[in-house]
Amino acid sequence: MIPFDYQRADDAASAVATVAARADAAFLGGGTNLVDRMKLGVDNPTLLVDISRLPLNAVDVQPDGSVHVGTNVRNSDLAAHPVIRAHYPALSQALLAGASGQLRNLATTGGNLLQRTRCVYFQDVTTPCNKREPGSGCSAIGGYTRYHAILGSSPECIAVHPSDMAVALAALDATVVVVGPDGERHVPVTELHRLPGAHPERDTVLAHGELITAVHLSPTGASRSAYRKVRDRASFAFALVSVAATLEVTDGTVTRARIALGGVAHKPWRASRAEELLRGAPATEDSYRRAAEAELADAVPQGENAFKIPMVRNTLVSVLRELTPTEEQR
Amino acid sequence: MTAPVQPHAIGTDQPRVDGVAKVTGSATYAYEHPVEHPVHLHPLHSTIARGRITAVDTSQAEALPGVLTVLTHLNAPRLADTSDAELAVLQTADIAYRGQLVGAVIAETPEVARHAASLVHLTYHQQPHDTVLHADRDDFYTPESVNGGFETDTDSGDVESALREAAVTVDATYSTPTEHNNPMEPHTTVALWNGQVLTLFDSTQGVHTVRTTLAPILGLDPEQLRVVALNVGGGFGSKGMPHPHNVLAAMGAQVTPGRAVKMALTRQEMFTVVGYRTPTIQRVRYGADADGHLTAIVHEVLEQSSTVKEFAEQTAVPARMMYACANRRTSHRVAALDVAVPSWMRAPGECPGMYATEAAMDELAAACGLDPIELRVRNEPEVDPETGKPWSQRRLLECLYEGARRIGWSDRAPQPRARLEDGWWVGLGVSASTYPHNVMPGSHAKISYAAGRYSVQIGAVDIGTGAWTALAQIAADALRCPLDAVDLQIGDSALPMATVAGGSSGTTSWGTAITAAAELFRHDHGEHPEDGVHSEAVMPELPGPLETAIHSFGAQLVEVRVHADTGEVRVPRMVGVFSVGRVVNPRTVRSQLIGGMTMGLSMALHEQSITDPRFGHVVNHDFAEYHIAAHGDVADIDVSWLDEHDPHANPMGTRGVGEIGIVGTASAIVSAVHHATGTRVRDLPVTADKLLE
Repeated sequence: MIPFDYQRADDAASAVATVAARADAAFLGGGTNLVDRMKLGVDNPTLLVDISRLPLNAVDVQPDGSVHVGTNVRNSDLAAHPVIRAHYPALSQALLAGASGQLRNLATTGGNLLQRTRCVYFQDVTTPCNKREPGSGCSAIGGYTRYHAILGSSPECIAVHPSDMAVALAALDATVVVVGPDGERHVPVTELHRLPGAHPERDTVLAHGELITAVHLSPTGASRSAYRKVRDRASFAFALVSVAATLEVTDGTVTRARIALGGVAHKPWRASRAEELLRGAPATEDSYRRAAEAELADAVPQGENAFKIPMVRNTLVSVLRELTPTEEQR
Repeated sequence: MTAPVQPHAIGTDQPRVDGVAKVTGSATYAYEHPVEHPVHLHPLHSTIARGRITAVDTSQAEALPGVLTVLTHLNAPRLADTSDAELAVLQTADIAYRGQLVGAVIAETPEVARHAASLVHLTYHQQPHDTVLHADRDDFYTPESVNGGFETDTDSGDVESALREAAVTVDATYSTPTEHNNPMEPHTTVALWNGQVLTLFDSTQGVHTVRTTLAPILGLDPEQLRVVALNVGGGFGSKGMPHPHNVLAAMGAQVTPGRAVKMALTRQEMFTVVGYRTPTIQRVRYGADADGHLTAIVHEVLEQSSTVKEFAEQTAVPARMMYACANRRTSHRVAALDVAVPSWMRAPGECPGMYATEAAMDELAAACGLDPIELRVRNEPEVDPETGKPWSQRRLLECLYEGARRIGWSDRAPQPRARLEDGWWVGLGVSASTYPHNVMPGSHAKISYAAGRYSVQIGAVDIGTGAWTALAQIAADALRCPLDAVDLQIGDSALPMATVAGGSSGTTSWGTAITAAAELFRHDHGEHPEDGVHSEAVMPELPGPLETAIHSFGAQLVEVRVHADTGEVRVPRMVGVFSVGRVVNPRTVRSQLIGGMTMGLSMALHEQSITDPRFGHVVNHDFAEYHIAAHGDVADIDVSWLDEHDPHANPMGTRGVGEIGIVGTASAIVSAVHHATGTRVRDLPVTADKLLE
């Protein structure tokens, strides 16, 4: 850990101006991931601008039914919010599946989206990593790949995004509100994170100095939604794979499904090919399996993570089966 | 032999003497020992697995304000004895494994020391390394003996003929991965050299072990090295012997005389130099007659050691005594790799060895069409098969029957894959446990009397087990005085010599020494001593272990659920019933057994240190990636023990409890997984992908 300066921000605009003006400055939210990386020498900011005390910590239900979540809302508070639990169960479940109780009490909404991969080579400064040190090579390829990507990877990087919450938000069509030096913009969560391509060092489309101030949840029907996280350990483990889904069924036919996958790619993976196949299909296990297999048709395993392909398929089928209305519910 | 102790305080439920201090945070662990104006040491580790250091650049680090010195092999103090190559820290430029200590920064604050460490630049000449244990290696060799001084190989009868003629055979290969002990408190040392005496406040399982080992290396008389460990936050064997970091801390003290040097390993560093459980590849062959009586037992173990120093685990030893059988062969073969030295981890030998042989018993039961408990009943030996000695006590079957009653074994379907509930396959599994009664000679105890109080001194260490409490109970009964009249002093090499807290031998070895001292004290000073009198005694030789085979036994039964879609494994219920001799303190014994079973669950489902063969080090070296069972994984653990005492074991009638709890848990779980799903997983850990359909 290198010496660094610390400032507490007075407001979002000045925080943005301060960080934008200095290449090695960083925003500090809950600190549950950034501080770890600093201890490991993975990130070496010389200035931390603490935004965690800015009054961006409300969950506001708008007149149209949409929900505005301030960036500083703690993961545990968001998971427990009655509106989130009732209308966006996949989000609440995803939050509660993440980290540990202690970490969820500290971690913030914006910070959760911006946590960085847990690839062991990214976190170990004694091994090459293109994400940490562009051009140095990818140690994960040919190495320990149990947790790595099967979709959308590149020869430069096979890391996965570690967030559970982001997977639920991707399925729920959430957008993030971003404030930068040039003003405010809205970015769909599905477009916030990048695939690695030739620049794995860039996790998101955000420019340096841009600050997520809120997450916006649309008022669409997500009350029939679920998040399932598959992991070896019952708690405090990153996903091997995860599935967030909403399902709408009319007269035994899928009218709309929204699906995002976690633990499979450099970003929360919106399964649009599966969604397309499901639209108008009978709400049966057979349809679900075909949709899952179509989504996974281009999957490329890395050494020891080939199990993720059947695991995603089974988990997706399992979640959709669970979301399918029973006879009584129709 | 000293007379049996009449139990009064022994056997009663006593809160930990150190409990309030620990839960309120006031207990002093090694790193927290108050010292004035300390300096801080941060180690440097090699980033190659084999080769030599060709250049050292410490200029940037030394230029940092607050840095006092940077130690490397170029300027480190010379050690007096380098015969133990693992502990010969910074004596040469040679690198034998990745993560080896190659230097240290000493600075005014831990932050500066850590930052400066990142600014030291070492240049290496790298040589090819080899860090992976696999069965096809051509360099396995036969060690002279295995840990504990056991014979490397045994062979009795004619196993090949017996296997040929057997009605039923099992031939299966099991593997266990590298595991790291990871006590909650990392290894820490505070070292102070005053020019005459080196004091180490150390997180260790044996203060005298550290002194005896390190004094000659450092060129000190034993009296010049004092080691203190009042509270230790777990060790599980990794603190049983000093490791290279202790030498580094001592060197740091030597170069900053008069100022205490503080060093705490990070969690990542816990995967480098403080020992680990060797990976094993174990082939088990059983032959049996049509009724399930064993006619052949073959247990062949492959494991790793280090080029630096040999450590050969005694993995096949329990197979020598566990079941009756006329034809038996056991062997250990070791490959010396470019890795750190393996060491003790809770029940070395018994834990991985019994995993394979007990899992194979489950396979044999299935092959014979027998209930797995009934198979064990049929192979119960009347005397110790290895020595021919009578058992002091062997109550394995009572443990199995009681365990079966507690878990509802009679409702278990005989065939696997019979129960699917809410999308989970459900199964029950069983395993036997055993652990030997280890006695370590050499402990002394001193008892003094003043003003109605007995001071009991012995250099034992409580590593979280409850020794502070149990030894006071033993002393009270040995002295025939109230428990609250005993003032116990432990955890300091200035106290009378005590052996290590290892091999589940502490209570026996220290308790017998205390008992002998109490007997001498009463002989010398009577029931109404005068103020200021004292007696000191060494642990007498115990005839019981020479005349009888003394082992603890246990039964572990578990319910396992395997998710039909995802393969995830959960363990809602575990039952452990143990025969461990007299229980000194039910409260702390219960904790030891629950802890052992939890660690066994963790071994079965989670723990594995992943070595990347390209780099040569453990890459999943933190608690996010190296999984240990979390609260969510541990549900209902039902622990009980038989009401007994062992008259042959020691004057207290006790046997050890620290390790038996982990022995057998993993085999019970893999057997339950098979019962649930029909799938045999032989390579630990049992992760979800291995059960995915």
